[in-house]
Amino acid sequence: MKKHIKFLLNGREMACEVEQNKRLLDFLREDLQLTGTKEGCSVGECGACTIIVDKLAVNSCLMLAVQVDGAEVMTVEGLMENGELSKMQQQFIDKGAIQCGFCTPGMMMSAYALIMHNPDPSVEEIKTAIAGNLCRCTGYKQIIEAVSCSCGK
Amino acid sequence: MKKFNVVGKPVTRQDAYEKATGTALYADDYTFPGMLYGVMVRVPASHAIIDRIDYSAVAGNPAVTAIVDHNDIPAQKKVGPIKQDQPIFSWEKIVTPGDVVAMLVGQNETELLQLRDKVSVEFTALPVLTDPLKSMDPDAPRIHPQYENNAIVHYPLRKGDPEKGFAESDYIIEQTYTTQFIEHGYIEPEAVIAIPLGKAKGVKILGSIQNPHTTRKVVALVLGLPLTKVRVVQAEMGGSFGGKDDQMNILSARAAVAAVKTNRPVKIRFNREESILESYKRHPYHMHYKVGFTNEGKLKSMRIHITADGGAYASMSPFVTWRTVVQATGPYEVENVFTDVHAVYTNNPYTGAMRGFGSPQPIFAQEQIMDEIALKLGMSPLQIREINGFKTGSVTASGQKLDNHEVNLSTVINKAVEETNFVEKWQKNQKDNADVAKQLNFANDSEANQFILTKDQLIAPDKTWRKGIGLAASYRGCSLGAEGIDVTSAYLSVQLDGSAYLLCGLAENGQGLRTTFCIVAAEILGLTVDKIFYLEQDTAIAPDSGPTVASRSTLMGGGAVRNAAETIRERMVRSVADEWKVSADSITFANNTVSSSENNKSVTFADACGITYKHKENLATIGFYQAPEVSWEEETGQGSAYFTYVYGCQIAEITVNIATGQVYVEKVTAVHDPGTVLNLQGALGQVYGGVTQGVGYGIWEEISVHNGKIREMNLDQYLLPTSKEIDDITAIFIEGKDEHGAWGAKSLGEPTLELGAAAVANAIQNATGTRFYHNPINLEEILLNRKLYPEDLKRGSL
Ligand code: FES
Ligand code: FES
Repeated sequence: MKKHIKFLLNGREMACEVEQNKRLLDFLREDLQLTGTKEGCSVGECGACTIIVDKLAVNSCLMLAVQVDGAEVMTVEGLMENGELSKMQQQFIDKGAIQCGFCTPGMMMSAYALIMHNPDPSVEEIKTAIAGNLCRCTGYKQIIEAVSCSCGK
Repeated sequence: MKKFNVVGKPVTRQDAYEKATGTALYADDYTFPGMLYGVMVRVPASHAIIDRIDYSAVAGNPAVTAIVDHNDIPAQKKVGPIKQDQPIFSWEKIVTPGDVVAMLVGQNETELLQLRDKVSVEFTALPVLTDPLKSMDPDAPRIHPQYENNAIVHYPLRKGDPEKGFAESDYIIEQTYTTQFIEHGYIEPEAVIAIPLGKAKGVKILGSIQNPHTTRKVVALVLGLPLTKVRVVQAEMGGSFGGKDDQMNILSARAAVAAVKTNRPVKIRFNREESILESYKRHPYHMHYKVGFTNEGKLKSMRIHITADGGAYASMSPFVTWRTVVQATGPYEVENVFTDVHAVYTNNPYTGAMRGFGSPQPIFAQEQIMDEIALKLGMSPLQIREINGFKTGSVTASGQKLDNHEVNLSTVINKAVEETNFVEKWQKNQKDNADVAKQLNFANDSEANQFILTKDQLIAPDKTWRKGIGLAASYRGCSLGAEGIDVTSAYLSVQLDGSAYLLCGLAENGQGLRTTFCIVAAEILGLTVDKIFYLEQDTAIAPDSGPTVASRSTLMGGGAVRNAAETIRERMVRSVADEWKVSADSITFANNTVSSSENNKSVTFADACGITYKHKENLATIGFYQAPEVSWEEETGQGSAYFTYVYGCQIAEITVNIATGQVYVEKVTAVHDPGTVLNLQGALGQVYGGVTQGVGYGIWEEISVHNGKIREMNLDQYLLPTSKEIDDITAIFIEGKDEHGAWGAKSLGEPTLELGAAAVANAIQNATGTRFYHNPINLEEILLNRKLYPEDLKRGSL
């Protein structure tokens, strides 16, 4: 059965018909073709599917699409600012925080949600914020540096 | 040393922009009109004869466009890199739970997943062989009846007279070490799409594929097509670490068979459970070491017996275990050596290539033994390694003299030791922690599962956390060595506007190889890196360069790119010198310009290309690099195994909670000599990532099997290190001289991984006064001296 939902996606108003049993992750990737959000485990362990819903980082593999009805949603595709790389994206590139890049979108979403609430986080706070995002390539060090340098001035 | 413009400077990754914006396309991000999905049908058995497969319950279902099994394979039904023992679809036997008998193909993947259990497979269960040490028993179940026994391979190495060596020793240590199955843990699960191109053109494969040329070969064999009719294109790779090789060849072949049968694109994508279930793992090793040494700490003799669990298929076992036999004695001079390495079949998940490739296991054993020897003789770990470690001119266990490169073992060790103040800390901990062993030993004394402490076993709160520091060192042969044909090629085509296409036959797996190769070409042509455009990996364009394994891409691919760029440069020099009537020597390339010191003229690189074109010189070329000769005697294990080596030392500083067994890693200092560092940021990333994987191997990660079936089926049970596990990692490079490759840039990816577990194990001994022999050294191992496994396959919360 389909349901009509309305929500804000990366600043744009959306009105869609969606199957009630469709996962939010599949809705983004398949229906809206926003393939920047990745799937690595489907059980809420890897964080590759992380997006921001109402200012909170969530695992989109654990949510149904209908749950974002009326919510404000942000995905990696919404990070660019006026067609330019945002500060965080630039820092991820400059600090070597990206290797295979599969964890990157989810990682940036967790970090972005942290900075929304805490514009000047400590290294420990950054580590905690991304603890649910597994990265097999980088050993996290350059990611933590990149997040740290995306904050403040 | 030569002054570089681009080499060794931080350079931004070629693919970073796409990856940072979410626009990079990984295999599962592609869809094609009319695309179908393939879903695997498996049998709930570890070892069985397949009697009958009955598709009647699903055959007429509208969700099922086609059912594909071995009957649909036009040519070769079994494949494998060395032994052709692995069926694309099983039809005679099931030899491990990951085996697939058929694939349901249709438009709706979810429906297919529900239907697959309706396929009824009648089978006769056979006895299951899970213990590799029993696989050569006369009554052991035979995994592959076409072979005489369960042996995959046996490598002997014989040097000197080991018995005489033991007779001359003052002490002998004998010990058994074991290591576990390890999952690669790439965050992107396997995905591939096969696209039929019609009779004349064959089939195109697009996927998360580590070695596109190998995949092409396998798919061509299975379909009975010439190589030119199978075109393999690599999607962006979400990590591989050796894991997207054989497995992807098999998945590509399944998708290709289905695509040909249905004449529609077919995608296979694994979820995490299927990925863990079917993909190969790192080999568990059973290692028995007997080591003789003198009062002065000199190693006299080693006798080593190693059995590697190859699981159900041979895969890369013969190559993996060959590296083991070469390096099993570590970076130490030993006069007398007797080593036997066996790889055997069992019904366990099959094992193959994984970052490290046969080195992390023996290092776990041999580096702990070096510390044991030091403790026995009252020396420090540093001293014992100073006495025995390789120097320039040393002779390895295989009789190879190390004299063609700088042997920097003592340099890397000393650097790491200085950096951490190792000796002082190690000695202090050893003293402070003398009381811990007694407290930890209660589990050995008491009944299993009876955890009641006596009074003297109680731990005062302020004594719970104990510090430890541990060191491990290694040498590692670069590239394939005597394992295989070692050549690479690279295609370079300079355009008239001064930009250039570059493509090497080796594959980008996320490690940053595209960037490194662009740096090499840019350096030689005096270009900035942004002028070089690295093409996407495509077997129709790139020349076959062998597999992207063995940390060989920088060395071998760098050599080929350098050769290509130098060829083009020579042609340009010739043309420009002729045009300006100056000597060739006077011409230099830098900052996108070409100049001559003779007439002080300079033009843009693009204009120099124009001049070259006018002189009718070809601006495109294929560069080639061939590894120097290596040799190997099969019967004695003697020879020059690898043409050059790299050296590394890692020191782990940890705290152990002796009440819970928890190990917290405070700092890892990694000192490596990878030769010249071409791409600094990439090199740092390799160290941080490799160290983290190495430490994960030592403390948390383990795939355990119950009757051949895996217990840890997803990342809730298989514990990959998170951002909170290791407090800090320091990377230091010593750039040793070497004549090979591009300016002597050698290997780094694997050396960074192989030391972590051993360094942590030595640190745990330093913190607890207790030696642990079975990897991973997790909570249970430390507290109870054994592992705790559930008795069945139930998940914790289910
Ligand atoms: S896919 Fe959602 S957490 Fe892994
Ligand atoms: S960059 Fe590969 S998983 Fe993080």
